[in-house]
Amino acid sequence: MLNLLLSRLATAIPSIVGVVVVTFMLTRLLPGDPAAYFAGLAASPQAIAEIRTKLGLDKSLPEQFVAYVGDLLQGNLGNSLSTGQPVVTEIATRLPASAELTLFALIVAVGIAIPLGVLAAVKQGTWVDHLCRIVTTAGVSLPVFFTGLLLAYVFYYLLQWAPAPTGRLDIFLSPPPDITGFYLIDSLLSGNLETFWSALRQLALPAISMAIFSLAPLARMTRGSMLAVLGSDFIRTARASGLSPRTVVFTYAFRNAVLPVITTLGMVFSFLLGANVLVETVFAWPGIGLYAVNALITSDYAPVQGFVLTMAVLYVTLNLTIDFVYGLVDPRVRLES
Amino acid sequence: MMLPLLRHARYVLSENPVTGLAFGLFALFMVAALFGPLLAPYDPLQSNAAMALKPPSAAHWFGTDQLGRDIFSRVLVATRLDLTIAFASVILAFMLGALSGVAAGYFGGWTDQIVGRLADTIMAFPLFVLAMGIVAALGNEVINIVIATAIINFPLYARVARAEANVRREAGFVEAARLSGNGETRVLLGHILPNIMPIMMVQMSLTMGYAILNAAGLSFIGLGVRPPDAEWGIMVAEGANFIQSGEWWIALFPGAALMLAVFCFNLLGDGLRDIIDPRMRT
Amino acid sequence: MKRRTFFKSTAAAGAAMTAAPAIWSEAKAQARNETLLLITESPPNSMDIQGVGTNRPSYEVSWNTYDRLITYGVKKDANGNDHYDYTKLEPELATEWNVTPTSATFKLRKGAKFHDGTPITAKDVKWSFDRAVSVGGFPTFQMKAGSLEKPEQFVAVDDNTFRVDFVRADKLTMPDIGVPVPVIMNSELCKKHATAADPWAMEWLKNNLAAGGAYKIERWQPGQEVVFMRNDDWQNGPLPKIKRVIRRIIPSAGNRRALLERGDADISFDLPPKDFAELATSPKLTVIGTAIENAMVYLGMNVNEKPFNDVKVRQAVAWALPYQQIMDSVMFGRALPLFGGADNLSKGSYWPQKDGYKTDIAKAKALMAAAGYADGFETTLSFDLGMASTNEPLTILVQESLKQIGIKATINKIPGANWRGELLKKNLPMIANAFGGWLNYPEYFFFWCYHGQNAVFNTMGYKNPAMDALIDKARFTSGAEYDKLVKGFIDIAFEEVPRVPIFQPLLDVAMQKNITGYRYWFHRQLDYRQLVKS
Repeated sequence: MLNLLLSRLATAIPSIVGVVVVTFMLTRLLPGDPAAYFAGLAASPQAIAEIRTKLGLDKSLPEQFVAYVGDLLQGNLGNSLSTGQPVVTEIATRLPASAELTLFALIVAVGIAIPLGVLAAVKQGTWVDHLCRIVTTAGVSLPVFFTGLLLAYVFYYLLQWAPAPTGRLDIFLSPPPDITGFYLIDSLLSGNLETFWSALRQLALPAISMAIFSLAPLARMTRGSMLAVLGSDFIRTARASGLSPRTVVFTYAFRNAVLPVITTLGMVFSFLLGANVLVETVFAWPGIGLYAVNALITSDYAPVQGFVLTMAVLYVTLNLTIDFVYGLVDPRVRLES
Repeated sequence: MMLPLLRHARYVLSENPVTGLAFGLFALFMVAALFGPLLAPYDPLQSNAAMALKPPSAAHWFGTDQLGRDIFSRVLVATRLDLTIAFASVILAFMLGALSGVAAGYFGGWTDQIVGRLADTIMAFPLFVLAMGIVAALGNEVINIVIATAIINFPLYARVARAEANVRREAGFVEAARLSGNGETRVLLGHILPNIMPIMMVQMSLTMGYAILNAAGLSFIGLGVRPPDAEWGIMVAEGANFIQSGEWWIALFPGAALMLAVFCFNLLGDGLRDIIDPRMRT
Repeated sequence: MKRRTFFKSTAAAGAAMTAAPAIWSEAKAQARNETLLLITESPPNSMDIQGVGTNRPSYEVSWNTYDRLITYGVKKDANGNDHYDYTKLEPELATEWNVTPTSATFKLRKGAKFHDGTPITAKDVKWSFDRAVSVGGFPTFQMKAGSLEKPEQFVAVDDNTFRVDFVRADKLTMPDIGVPVPVIMNSELCKKHATAADPWAMEWLKNNLAAGGAYKIERWQPGQEVVFMRNDDWQNGPLPKIKRVIRRIIPSAGNRRALLERGDADISFDLPPKDFAELATSPKLTVIGTAIENAMVYLGMNVNEKPFNDVKVRQAVAWALPYQQIMDSVMFGRALPLFGGADNLSKGSYWPQKDGYKTDIAKAKALMAAAGYADGFETTLSFDLGMASTNEPLTILVQESLKQIGIKATINKIPGANWRGELLKKNLPMIANAFGGWLNYPEYFFFWCYHGQNAVFNTMGYKNPAMDALIDKARFTSGAEYDKLVKGFIDIAFEEVPRVPIFQPLLDVAMQKNITGYRYWFHRQLDYRQLVKS
């Protein structure tokens, strides 16, 4: 098991190195001149040159790269020019916001997608099956930026059910003490129900926008894996031995079908975490996606590099964890290693 | 070969009416893409100050925008641009991915290592942000949207092609081709590649929808398409500022067109998969 | 079904939300009454106005948390709204001052203290002024605009007396002491955080205040919000009415409008013109639009390259722009026209003012033919992507209009980060852009935008020795002679049209009816100190 994990880790390292190199090259290719941008309105050529020196942009690319890697090894991701803060702290404070939103969206999606998938599998080929397919495909076909705008308009502006789209909490509440970084959990831990309620309300719309988008892969996977299990010998045996269809589906089939769905979950999670950029813009969500896009637009290298690196590491870790969990649960994988 | 496939297709269609729906939608979009400019009732670029911000009516089915341009005409005409971007990027991704993937699967060794690492590296990026970065770095033009979308789709193709080529490497027909004196490259391009085409086709229609969404997302944040050209993503972005003031039609119709197109290609991809490769059906 | 499932789940959630008990909200309501919620698009990136790359929102932070020696008075504008008065300098930290031809001596307020309780003395003022002229970049540059150039000019006479020695007689020296740059910093506190490599504590001051102004910072979440708390011990002006100010970032313009309309936010600047036009008629909100002094939105042409090196081509463009359509369809009337005057002669020594151009396609075509371009030409028309909400429709209209005289312009959107760099290169053939100057003098605008020194804002690369001479001379002249000089360079600008003025933008602000006391400032940031929430 440990061997497997180590070998997986070894294959992950080249990807991370690749990400570091590609990101560095990409940010240097950006045509904007951060020095000109941050020198301010009335900058003279000397002032711009001074800033360029200060930012280390006058050095050759290999030199800049060595400096960058050196900093990286010390855990220093540099400073953001547009917010003036160290990128490490910025990402550390913003990641929980994105993670909470994404995780919550995933839970909502799972809550809808798995029953849909099971239903579609059990009623395979009937109108229920087709309908499930249409619903989930329609969900993944909606551009998230569009869904977000529409939801905010209908549920906040017109119906006034949802709170103002101003971020993670009602503006007049203070954030709960920082324990996990997840407002829902922290507010419960500190026993502050008002904060919990407010955080939940703020989460609802952006999470739903994202959940709609992630229904399809989850439902499809559930359906496929349910079909495979339902067609297998042991289910036939169970059916033949007179167990009720209910017991067969839920106790035997579902339990076995859920495993492949767990692997998809990880993929979907990391995909959503990167893809929620536009949702964060619509709902003023102080997450890392919004941060990265703003940085990209202003040619602010450090946050872009930091963001991409964080995402890559997260993605790799997530996949490793899933491999690990899968290995624990499914003995066949262990044998193969 | 052809006849059983058709029969199978008919079976799948009767089995799955949703795919029929998708084919219908697809035909509709193709007509709009090919003949859009001929069918449009108004010049999609012509502004008309007197008719600005008018709600849908008999004269303007989808209403007019801030500059008085007819939204129905713009949505219709935009079909060609949006589908072209998506098609071009999918074909580019296919060419890059299929060739390198097949080579990786067939030769193995360092070719496999390089292609595999490249695909892993791209997959480790948050894809939308990578696409943004590429367009920003290469320049704010439509062709770069195509390139960016192709690059982020590349790993999907490379992986599928690699797996399929790997399976067929030792297959009888490949062995036969090799024994009859064909060089490795010839075997690869002449025998293995055609053999995995159907599966690649499925992959292409599955990623079409994603390509459309990606391109629209990029132009939504202002990258790529130049005004005054009509494009769904940028039209939604333009309309976004008008939703709160009640002019919902500016964003709604292009948004709906965008959604329908993606919806159509996603269903189509599923359907094609059922027809070509029943094993993969889920 | 898709709609149904989705609707059901959200409907359930919605119902649960509305059913929530409201008993928790009493403390919140109290806080709400004493708090001003300002929503904006972009966050500050520093607390130090003299820092490297400090952005505009940071000026607002600095303006409200720091004191300056003097400030400007107030007057009513034509619409009866408060407007800073350029002609009246008033006390802030300095209670009185005495200006001679060679120096200005300021008496500091007795008992004035920094936020940490340290008394403010003349050596703090000297340290702060020294810093402003020494750190380089924008602050040093702005100080120079008022002939404030080196530390030797600044003298701490005694604890309560500070003197500025003039290097030359400059009418901008005193006004320049009232701009946002020369803030008074707590020198002892700063020195504690200074290092050999960083003698002016640039690093520390970026994230910390060493101030004594009307507001303190209670919380600062970069990129999200800044929460200000009133400094109850403030003595350098009337105590502000508003106890707390939350400056919150809402990236989507649509949501900013929704928040205002629903009454959830108190005040905002950052809305598209159409929203201001509509909110102005709403009974729930007050909209105040003030013409931005010394500012214009214009179409600039590169005079150093064909075809715009030909004045006839530039005039043809000026006669071909769809001015009124831009005013109506793009600005929704929230701007002042700078076109359609009687002729191209200046009407006085003020700026900006209307030129004589209006849309006249026949005249434009004739000029094109006279320039030898009867068949037209191709070019590109660029704008900053960050300004897309107005510049995109504007350029589309311009493009359409130019097509009628044979000019085929391709529109080029340049992302914000590249824009400044592209302007510096000065090779864009045609751009739509805006410029505004802090100090309200025509020669100040012309010095930046038309002078042959070719600053970045002279986006056209325009050089004309005759105009340069008039601009240079106007800076140190006054009276009738001055008026003549100003009219002279305005006439040249209209005739040569390297840039075609289109409109003078308004600084629009929308606020709830219960907010009063809004004052227009040349720096275009919100001054919290005069606002009242009833």
